[in-house]
Amino acid sequence: MEEKDNKKESLYLKLMPYIEKYGILLLLVLMILVMHILQPDVFLSWRNVTNVFKQISWQSMLALGVFMVIVTAGIDLSVGSIMMLSLMVLAIVAKAGAPWFIVVITPLIAGFLCGLFNGAGITLLRMPHPFIMTLGTLYIFRGTGNLISGGTPISGFTDEVRYLGHGRIDLTWLGLEKSQYLPVSLVLIAVVYVIFWFFLNHSRTGKWIYAIGGNPSAARASGINVNKILIIVYSLCGFLSGIGALILAGRTDSGYPNAGLQSELDAIAACIIGGASFFGGRGTVLGVFAGVMIMGILRNGLNLMDVSSFWQQVLIGSIIVIAVYIDVLRRDLGTRK
Amino acid sequence: MSTFQNPLLEAKGITKYFGTITALENVDLKVHAGECLGVVGDNGAGKSTLMKVLSGLYKPSSGSLYFQGKEEILESPKDSQNLGLEMVYQDLALAGNLPIGENIFLGREPTKNIGFLKFLDFNKIKELTNAHLGKLKINVKSADQKVEELSGGQRQAVAIARSTAFNAKVVIMDEPTAALAIKEVGKVLDLINSLKKTGVGVIVISHRMDDIFSVCDRVMALFQGTNFAESELSNTSRDEVIGWIMGKK
Repeated sequence: MEEKDNKKESLYLKLMPYIEKYGILLLLVLMILVMHILQPDVFLSWRNVTNVFKQISWQSMLALGVFMVIVTAGIDLSVGSIMMLSLMVLAIVAKAGAPWFIVVITPLIAGFLCGLFNGAGITLLRMPHPFIMTLGTLYIFRGTGNLISGGTPISGFTDEVRYLGHGRIDLTWLGLEKSQYLPVSLVLIAVVYVIFWFFLNHSRTGKWIYAIGGNPSAARASGINVNKILIIVYSLCGFLSGIGALILAGRTDSGYPNAGLQSELDAIAACIIGGASFFGGRGTVLGVFAGVMIMGILRNGLNLMDVSSFWQQVLIGSIIVIAVYIDVLRRDLGTRK
Repeated sequence: MSTFQNPLLEAKGITKYFGTITALENVDLKVHAGECLGVVGDNGAGKSTLMKVLSGLYKPSSGSLYFQGKEEILESPKDSQNLGLEMVYQDLALAGNLPIGENIFLGREPTKNIGFLKFLDFNKIKELTNAHLGKLKINVKSADQKVEELSGGQRQAVAIARSTAFNAKVVIMDEPTAALAIKEVGKVLDLINSLKKTGVGVIVISHRMDDIFSVCDRVMALFQGTNFAESELSNTSRDEVIGWIMGKK
């Protein structure tokens, strides 16, 4: 009997890491299959697939930033506002006639500085929880964005500035048709995600980010400068929001006051659906990508089927609750009491 | 026991205030190579504070630390680690979400250079972990197992392995058997005895007389933040040590 239990346990121990890592991909594949069956002509067409990727392009940047923060058992509510402020800074610099290579780095710097502000506030001002600091900056950054722009949209950027969000990589040399292009934003998502995957899994700083989420006092006792790592994490989150602003500038050709409104909640939802744990220390970059895709496909698929946006809200909300319940079950199973 | 002339680690006149509270007052402590010092005392006697001073987590308000005869000022746990002073915390200070190997090397991970970038060397972590666990005769299924999947005794063993992975000279253990099942206590005490044989100085804080009397060579008692009594283990008894904890001589 005991032997049987041991066998069961060891099989379970072997399978568990794979289920944790790749279970979410199964869900994604399942969704794609269901959508394909429901919309066989449209859903997997070149046009629609690239469309999904274009739609998730800037959200995927916010989600990746928020994910790193969630791994440390923190939260960043200000990413949507950081993106809006960065976008407004970009728009103002562009309208002032700065050359394109200056314009494209301004949102990255603005985003980074906003993140640095969050990180410094959380660690140096010893805020009781990152929720409070970033709730404050959610208002501060959006307010600042409106102040500097006068609260009105600023439109019209050059093609160089719009390249990352709007650019197309021609694939006619592969024998494909002109309409079958690759969005530059898709390539950008892939590059950024691969870089951050390496950073989180193969660098010491990345490992320490997971360690802080797992047990901050263990990290501190190991000689890790926890505050420094947290400041890095929030700064990178801001930086990624800045990249999101650059993509959005390309897609919409405009800086507008409502940019990224409530997108922090979408970003958090994508992380949670993708298996990141609010308790910290758990979750993968691949999972976040799957989470972003699941939300993107759900919206796209429901739009294709002409389901009202009210139902979309209900469905996305339900998926969040179910995903977190799965996380709770996984914690029960994964740890010994 | 070999000759204990020169202490490996010595603390003199350690005083620590937290605001208006005096946690430690003029406390002395010393431990020699290959020796195990037991530190006893009631809750709030200052044991944990003293250990945190020794590990560099707290800065003493006054007093000095000598390591191998040389005065040292510890600004952070990193400083004490660099000297070879390691701490096994009561709450174990392990990250449950990381595998055994990565916990043992947390903060000191071996890396390899690829171009100008530094990457974690997972093969080396695994190799060193297996060698080290083997040396300490600690049995786990795999170095890749996550710490949260281990039993209390296995976690304690990992915490001790972690403290000794970098040529530790002094290992300080805060209640090493407190959270363990009875059958696991013996294994941890064996581990402490084998550490002593390798010439490591061990400081054990414990409430359990069984622990103190099975691994320690000397025992000292703290009472209300001060040195209260100290003796070679052979010159005292359980009842006397229990009396010290209550403040009776």
